[in-house]
Amino acid sequence: MTPRASALVLASGLVASGPACAPTAGADHADVAPLPVRLADTGLHAAGAVDVLAPGVRPFSPQYPLWTDGATKRRWIYLPPGAAIDATDPDAWVFPVGTRLWKEFAFDRPVETRMIERVADGSWRFAAYLWDGDGADAVLVPGGAAVDVGGGPPHEVPAVGDCRLCHDGPTPVLGFAALQLSPDRDPAAPHAEPVPAGAVDLPALAASGQLVGLPPAYLVTPPRIAARSPTERAALGYLHGNCGGCHDDRGALAELGLDLRHALDEPGGATDPALRTTLGRSGRAPLPGDPDAARVRIAPGAPDASVLLARVRSRDPQHQMPPLGTRRTDAAAVALLARWITELD
Amino acid sequence: MTIRVASIPSPRYLGAVLALAAGALAACGSREPATAADDPVARGKYLVTAALCNDCHTPMKLGPNGPERDEAHLLAGHPQGVVVPPPPAAQGPWNVSTTDTMTAWSGPWGVSFTANLTPDPETGLGTWDAQTFIDTIRNARHMGKGRPLLPPMPAELIATLTDDDLRAMFAYLRSIPPVRNRVPDPIAPSIAAATP
Ligand code: HEC
Ligand code: HEC
Ligand code: HEC
Repeated sequence: MTPRASALVLASGLVASGPACAPTAGADHADVAPLPVRLADTGLHAAGAVDVLAPGVRPFSPQYPLWTDGATKRRWIYLPPGAAIDATDPDAWVFPVGTRLWKEFAFDRPVETRMIERVADGSWRFAAYLWDGDGADAVLVPGGAAVDVGGGPPHEVPAVGDCRLCHDGPTPVLGFAALQLSPDRDPAAPHAEPVPAGAVDLPALAASGQLVGLPPAYLVTPPRIAARSPTERAALGYLHGNCGGCHDDRGALAELGLDLRHALDEPGGATDPALRTTLGRSGRAPLPGDPDAARVRIAPGAPDASVLLARVRSRDPQHQMPPLGTRRTDAAAVALLARWITELD
Repeated sequence: MTIRVASIPSPRYLGAVLALAAGALAACGSREPATAADDPVARGKYLVTAALCNDCHTPMKLGPNGPERDEAHLLAGHPQGVVVPPPPAAQGPWNVSTTDTMTAWSGPWGVSFTANLTPDPETGLGTWDAQTFIDTIRNARHMGKGRPLLPPMPAELIATLTDDDLRAMFAYLRSIPPVRNRVPDPIAPSIAAATP
């Protein structure tokens, strides 16, 4: 089925408020201009040319991408000239005011482009732009939207209030970080993307002078998950990229005691927090559909008894992980995690 | 043996409530956060009571004088021992139904069970901090970031309270006796309807 412009189903947010409410999107930030209503005015593209990047905008590609129901993605960053990221805390980079990051989601054609921007008062703001059917431009949809992408569940553009459910914690930027930009990329990462031409990675960023404070060891030996097997490396990387935004001992859900974010100084192996907080560990959440079963997050050797895997596989809204941003099971990830859990025996 | 709290507040208590209410109105009118001088637990109790949390989160039971709130299960949610049969089929506009405990609710969303708001660490809010509670109400999601909360939990109305008010409510919820009561998971509409 070809996704057409006419197939757009705009959710209540846009219909109810319309682009006219866009100025309020910036109202949180009194001294900051409102968000542009059109993507063309966000500084991503050269004037009048959606195929040409604006000067200073560089592509990047995290090695462990987020699963979004098979969407293909492109990402870009703009750092103001002369300003630099402070990487003194290698796991929580501090970005300069004026930083902008974009991410495009495509299902055969571009459907939406999201933007995160650090504004003058130091806060971050979020925006999503919905492409028109012929790819000429995209408009701000503060309330989100649901888009028919050719059968099955629609692709859901999150409302801006939902961005922070994932983009939270020590830094709201999730995919532009040391492990994600390492040149030592994991060939077994689910949905690994080819690195786009001209993409910025960790060494390129350091060489450009726009990254300061990074402990130099990470340039000598690029960040890499120290796992006991290639399967484990890819599994932990997947959990880091897809789950670590919420399940982080430095984040709002620290009280769950489930830490899937891979900090750079982890020694690896059995002491990795993702293993320490899951293997044989009981959680509070039940095995979906079987409240009386043991509540073991990962039962080594027993994928079917592992709550974590069951929640990655589930798309029942009560149980699915992550709890938003996807309607289709990531079969490649389920296969990888099942293989890894079996191997743990 | 359960100790029942008189349903009509004593004049002294009422006086305190009125004083607090006046304080709340003043705070609202001037758009200033509640002062630190307030006792958050007392203020939280006042807010939780007036905002009707007990209406759904404290089960009703049959007492000697008819239905009454089960104070031994204060704010403990749907009692785990009360297993409910499948809900009656909806008829016309009679779309929503509840059990005599007022803790299990059926509607187009399936069946939901009111949550255990006591500080029990295993089955209540014992591991939460105030921010988890605020995020849960503001985002209408379990633990602030998880699954969307189901009706009839009126999160969007409760979200009109200030952060200070919500913090006070949470302080009160921390102060009540923990009750070990594992509330069942909600039942999806298809499953709820499929059961004979
Ligand atoms: C389900 C969690 C989730 C939600 C909801 C979400 N994101 Fe993200 N986002 C991620 C993750 C994980 C990454 C990094 C991995 C990747 O890009 O594949 C990311 C990457 C990005 C990037 C690239 C910069 C970065 O942080 O790596 C932008 C821009 C972005 N998201 C914008 C948004 C906006 C705007 C919204 C809301 C409209 C949003 N996101 C909602 C999880 C989420
Ligand atoms: C947007 C935030 C968010 C993201 C992203 C997310 N989770 Fe969760 N997760 C939660 C919340 C909130 C809970 C607690 C409530 C619950 O159990 O639903 C939770 C609970 C869990 C639990 C049960 C914890 C326990 O008590 O034992 C597991 C296992 C889990 N998540 C795994 C994952 C995995 C694996 C991923 C990535 C594929 C993931 N989560 C992504 C928010 C998130
Ligand atoms: C009309 C009935 C009703 C009222 C009134 C009500 N609740 Fe609820 N509440 C529910 C139901 C039902 C659930 C479970 C929803 C679900 O499972 O998604 C719930 C869930 C919750 C949760 C989520 C717990 C968790 O583990 O995620 C919190 C917190 C909560 N209520 C607090 C309150 C507070 C505080 C008040 C009073 C200000 C209140 N509720 C008033 C019905 C109600």
